[in-house]
Amino acid sequence: MEKETCTFSYCARPEVVEHETDFLIIGGGMVGCGAAYEATVWANPKKLRITLVDKAATDRSGAVAMGLSAINTYMGGNKIEDYVDYVRKDLMGIIREDLVFDLGRHVDDSVHKFEEWGLPIWKKGDDGFSLDGFQAKDAGKPMLKDCKDDAERESVVVRSGKWQIMINGESYKVIVAEAAKKALQVNREATGVAQNHFERVFITRLLLDANKPNTIAGAIGFSTRENKVYIFRAKAMLLAPGGCVNVFRPRSVGEGMGRTWFPVWNSGSGYAMGAQVGAELVQMENRFVPARFKDGYGPVGAWFLFFKAKATDSFRDDYCANPEYVADAKKKYGKYVDAMGTTIRNHLMMEAMIRGRGPIMMWTNEAMDAISKTFKEKLGEKEGAKKVKHLEAEAWEDFLDMTIGQAGMWAANNIEPDKVPSEIIPSEPYFLGSHAGCAGFWVSGPGDIPGAPAEWSWGYNRMSTVNGLFMAGDTCGASGHKFSSGSHAEGRIAGKSAIAYILDHMDFKPTLKEKVDDLVNEMYLPFEVYEKYKVYTTSPNHISVNPHFIKPDQYQKRLMKISDEYFGGVGTWFKTSKTMIDEGLRRLQLLKEDANRLAASNLHELLRCWENYHRVITAEAHARSILFREESRYPGYYYRADKDFIDDDNWKVFTIAKYDAEKDEWTLSKRPYVQLFGK
Amino acid sequence: MPSFVITEKCDGCKAQDKTACQYICPHDLMTLDREKMKAYNQEPEQCWECYNCVKICPQQAIEVRGYADYIPLGGNVLPMRGTDSIMWTIKFRNGALKRFKFPIRLTAEGSVDPYAGQPQADYSKIKQPGFFNYEAKKA
Repeated sequence: MEKETCTFSYCARPEVVEHETDFLIIGGGMVGCGAAYEATVWANPKKLRITLVDKAATDRSGAVAMGLSAINTYMGGNKIEDYVDYVRKDLMGIIREDLVFDLGRHVDDSVHKFEEWGLPIWKKGDDGFSLDGFQAKDAGKPMLKDCKDDAERESVVVRSGKWQIMINGESYKVIVAEAAKKALQVNREATGVAQNHFERVFITRLLLDANKPNTIAGAIGFSTRENKVYIFRAKAMLLAPGGCVNVFRPRSVGEGMGRTWFPVWNSGSGYAMGAQVGAELVQMENRFVPARFKDGYGPVGAWFLFFKAKATDSFRDDYCANPEYVADAKKKYGKYVDAMGTTIRNHLMMEAMIRGRGPIMMWTNEAMDAISKTFKEKLGEKEGAKKVKHLEAEAWEDFLDMTIGQAGMWAANNIEPDKVPSEIIPSEPYFLGSHAGCAGFWVSGPGDIPGAPAEWSWGYNRMSTVNGLFMAGDTCGASGHKFSSGSHAEGRIAGKSAIAYILDHMDFKPTLKEKVDDLVNEMYLPFEVYEKYKVYTTSPNHISVNPHFIKPDQYQKRLMKISDEYFGGVGTWFKTSKTMIDEGLRRLQLLKEDANRLAASNLHELLRCWENYHRVITAEAHARSILFREESRYPGYYYRADKDFIDDDNWKVFTIAKYDAEKDEWTLSKRPYVQLFGK
Repeated sequence: MPSFVITEKCDGCKAQDKTACQYICPHDLMTLDREKMKAYNQEPEQCWECYNCVKICPQQAIEVRGYADYIPLGGNVLPMRGTDSIMWTIKFRNGALKRFKFPIRLTAEGSVDPYAGQPQADYSKIKQPGFFNYEAKKA
């Protein structure tokens, strides 16, 4: 098809705002908020300017927008080496242990700060039962920052697992954002900059420096509220727009397409934009397929770990202990089965499902019965019943704090968890580096961890292979299980490190390679295409059957179909193969070309056009990485049906993917894994 | 479970400095129809049902109707978010009701002073582990 260009013959040219700063933070989630908080302290005495750009409102942006019922990474009285062991086991043996250890030794301070800023954290009462944030305060329980040591901290928190602590987290993000916004304000006051917090500005592309090779210089984005394009120039940048959702066709394809587990607005912008400037990606074959309450995606962690509920197939068989499934898994995946990580549990669940033994049920009712019995035996009928009622509220809060739709799902189906069990299911694939996944970029480590290869550190912690471009949270690869607190802490690590980089490069004047006009034309092309062709057919905008263009929702569905059918989505029980991926990539290439015909009738659709283009680049990085890795490293998440085994002799290595945007070519390579802890 | 706006209750936030739901929606879905001065969800299939529009609406004009794909009609989950706690009302399809109240924050909104009592940056440590206020744990 003929290539379209934007000459602003049909649509209005936007106003162009140029903004110069020193440290640019892309994304206002936990990472961005952490980075702003830490970097401000290092930046202010040197009069360095910090700017944060968020495509949403920072009070409710990112994966914590809805709230959370637990903080999943808190060391407390645990050993950091044990944290590294746990992350390695859950991520099938291949992680950057220097990064994971580094995160573990920092994360607790962020949690202490959250509480100081106002986040209610559950505490253990004198009777051993849990107190919510208000009750704990009334009972005079100490704040974590005021405890005399980690042993005391460990004794006061309510653990729902070894690493998790329970919170009343409806306003978690609002509280963390408030501190970040104050930090940005303090930076404005120190530098005299009028504005350094841009909400509703969506960054579409990063820009390299014109003079210094492989060095970041800026970013371009547009306002989703007015006809305005922003060009940011910066000496250093933190790329933290989250992970990627809706690449694969989700289990609900109508209205429910947005009821994903991870937030649907995570559009792979980080993976795509970093790849486009040549930053090396790592473990992009990794994906996460969370097993959650079916359709509503309510969290199962608290039910498994806190309420001790059991899950079985419909014939009451504990699929994780089924000798036939386990023996078969061991043949293919060896010792990794013993650790019973999240991937393996998914795999065994599906073994039951493909034999027709579903639905898989979580016996919430039996767990509640057992707890109720214990309480009443311990405390007597009346007091026990009171505690059970408190517990029931805790169970509902688990949903209402973070997955409200699951509460709606139960209410509409007349499901009361203390009376009937609920169905769970492996959902669909997601890309992330902060939760139970490790997709992301290859970054420099802290450099002080004994045994870490020298080439794992190039001076600035969390800097990617592009000078001045830092990664944290979902974009920092090979190092998952950070969750909300770890993402905040990693944002702080990266923010501090970015300021160190800027101080070492004070004479650097970021200069853009591209002409501003060309960048603006590229960004607004979907408007031009829409306006040019919209009257060609009688089809109204919300239908848009038009041979000249493709609307962003149509484009997204085409991507989902390719990913689902060829790259191992739910439609094939997550199975794919070399030949299937090859065909999928052929189709994906045509989809990439058709990005030139994306059409937008308003700013929201322009946002969705660019989000979906980012999803396509992310999908390609993933497909090429699973094609390269000739084994099935993450059974339960995906299978190379033609290589259905784990092959440690050849593949206990990192997979590195590098994109050359000019040539539109990917290079895949192996990099040695080194175990640093737990030997 | 996409959000919807009750026509009678929505006043387009005409007395406010911004349209609350449009301001807060993380995915840019809530939008104001300026002719009617009423807000609506412009792309329900990209709605994460995070309820931020429901919680922020000063008119309590926004609710959520379960996704047509899989949620039977008749249930409803509604929050009332205050300054320090949130009250939830859950209505089951069969009419049963549950109410819960949970804390949301222990400090007054806007009162966070994140650098109060915190140390200054020590530049001799900028390339070492640790934060400006915190020494990294050893093991």
